[in-house]
Amino acid sequence: MNMTQEIYSASATQTRPREDVSDMPSVTPVFRIANLKRHFDVSPPLLNRLLERKERQVVKAVDGVSFDIYRGETFSLVGESGCGKSTIAKLVVGLNDTTSGNIEFEGEDIATHSRQDMDAIRHRLQMIFQDPYASLNPRWRVRNIIAEPLTVFGLLDGQKAIDERVATLLECVGLNAQDGEKYPHEFSGGQRQRISIARALASNPEFIVCDEPTSALDVSVQAQILNLMKDLQREFALTYLFISHDLSVVYHISDRIGVMYLGRLVEVGTKHELFRRPQHPYTRMLLDSIPDLKMTGRARTPVGGEVPSPLDPPSGCAFHPRCPHANARCKREAPRPLHNVERGFVACHAVEEGRLITRA
Amino acid sequence: MTAHETTPVLEVSDLHIEFDTRRGALKAIDGVSLQIAPGEILGVVGESGAGKSLTGTAITGLLETPGRISAGQIRLEGKRIDNLSQEEMRRLRGRDIGAIFQDPLTSLNPLYTIGHQLVETIRTHLPMSKKEARRRAIRMLEEVGLPAPETRIDQYPHQFSGGMRQRVVIALALCVEPRLVIADEPTTALDVSVQAQIIAVLKRLCREKGTAVMLVTHDMGVIAEAADRVAVMYAGRLAEVGPVTDVIKHAKHPYTRGLMNSIPTILNDVDRLEQIEGSMPRLASIPDGCAFNPRCPRAFSRCRTERPDLIAVENSDAACWLVEETAMTDRSPWPTSAPSPTADHRRGANA
Repeated sequence: MNMTQEIYSASATQTRPREDVSDMPSVTPVFRIANLKRHFDVSPPLLNRLLERKERQVVKAVDGVSFDIYRGETFSLVGESGCGKSTIAKLVVGLNDTTSGNIEFEGEDIATHSRQDMDAIRHRLQMIFQDPYASLNPRWRVRNIIAEPLTVFGLLDGQKAIDERVATLLECVGLNAQDGEKYPHEFSGGQRQRISIARALASNPEFIVCDEPTSALDVSVQAQILNLMKDLQREFALTYLFISHDLSVVYHISDRIGVMYLGRLVEVGTKHELFRRPQHPYTRMLLDSIPDLKMTGRARTPVGGEVPSPLDPPSGCAFHPRCPHANARCKREAPRPLHNVERGFVACHAVEEGRLITRA
Repeated sequence: MTAHETTPVLEVSDLHIEFDTRRGALKAIDGVSLQIAPGEILGVVGESGAGKSLTGTAITGLLETPGRISAGQIRLEGKRIDNLSQEEMRRLRGRDIGAIFQDPLTSLNPLYTIGHQLVETIRTHLPMSKKEARRRAIRMLEEVGLPAPETRIDQYPHQFSGGMRQRVVIALALCVEPRLVIADEPTTALDVSVQAQIIAVLKRLCREKGTAVMLVTHDMGVIAEAADRVAVMYAGRLAEVGPVTDVIKHAKHPYTRGLMNSIPTILNDVDRLEQIEGSMPRLASIPDGCAFNPRCPRAFSRCRTERPDLIAVENSDAACWLVEETAMTDRSPWPTSAPSPTADHRRGANA
């Protein structure tokens, strides 16, 4: 295999996409995220620090993450709880400020945008949240919930135009136009998630962040929602950033996948590359932990250990305490991304040194 | 594994649970019968609202008003327990029936060390000195795979991670070696990687101690891995009961089949998932005949008028008229030859 030792550099210019990929939805990145960091200060109050000599504490929720999202694709982030995937989702749509790094949306760096600048593009970025019980205002009628983006962004004038648009949106997501008169509590979880999707679509976005959109739903309802999301993606040429911890769902919906561990991306690749030829030991471990639903006789290897506390992450490669291939270098030095696959990379010393054989 | 001639640990027969409301009684559980043999893990699956947790609650005697058992019997090792007084039931819980709930943080008291809680539980049910109970607690923590149990026993629940907390809860449920454990979504709050560990611990301990387990979950992956038999519930009734491989690979009930097919898989690429149209009916408006008939792709006239009971077919029982009509001749279409992607990479890792 082609082990090009293309060492990653933090500058965004070096992550240019290769032009020779044909089965990809597009070659232009919608988002180009470079060395993104978000640190949260969780220090004790000043007085405690002075009197009890407690140290400042910083959680590096996202610590230097770089990836591109191409037009029309579904890019997924997977990882265990606390790895920073939801933080990235919030950073990308501007619900959280970055500590440092760039978020380029169609060539424009939105990480440094002021509120006013952000407002101008916000209607093009939308989000679907995990819990359809918490993300809809229980006191609002569904038609008002869906119409809110239209009125806030001033996209349509006149009640009649808005009503028509809301009715179309409701039908778009498989509900009835008359359902607009109801309140959220009159709907089941799956129907509520449809309402969230209708609201997200209201402002005609190009890009939707889906933060665990089906993890609160039953599998049969999950199938309905995933099918709907795929249909809508085709119909409206949407680009998705999909966040999930369920690898089977991610495999089903994604074009490319990024695997996160403790605030960093350890591997990025197309779904086939990643699932058929996983490179990073953590990716392999996650794949091994997928339940063997079809009873193929594959033993599910229980993973050793748990995610360490993000307050005190391990030195070097954060995965080394759980990694079967770790050596002294892994404990000392954080691995740099090795771009050895199309539109992807792996950050692992063992892979880089050839200690861990990946087959071409 | 199920062909024990011994008395089942748990025997639920024709259980009915009703909720009295102003508009009359709502039937939440409508004639459920189950048996669990010693050392057996029975998985109970179904969508939210199917009545799986409610069945577990009734068995542990924790059903709250206005819910009540309106008919049927629950027997623990042949002895009726559904008509016991609250006080008698309280003594039974913990001693004979252990419980593991979804959220490990809420099932532990944050103000006491885990050792205190374990010792208290052991001494409530077994005549032991504090020292003996502590020794037993440490051994139990060791068995559930908690590292350094001698020191960690004196820590508080918040000092443990989610997976470790759930191990403590399992230790707590099993420390007096109950005959039956009701595990209600024990891994739902955990990460996939930790899930596998917890399932392995639960499975191993129940095998070793001959504990019968009722594993309530909506996660088919967990069932596939842990259960010996599976009961599929739909709208308060059993749709299908059978050995885990039969239910997963050769589902007899169209609902089970739809449920299985709607789960995304990494084994093959599909553009669209199979979906069951509509949603489960509300308790107040369960349709006549088979409750699944409005959503069933293969419903016929009889399904709309007559309610099917469990009918034996091969190794399973399914509440479906198709089974009786022997119309379901096609086998479930699982790809059996598809290569496992993880088997591929494992070879790579060892090379």
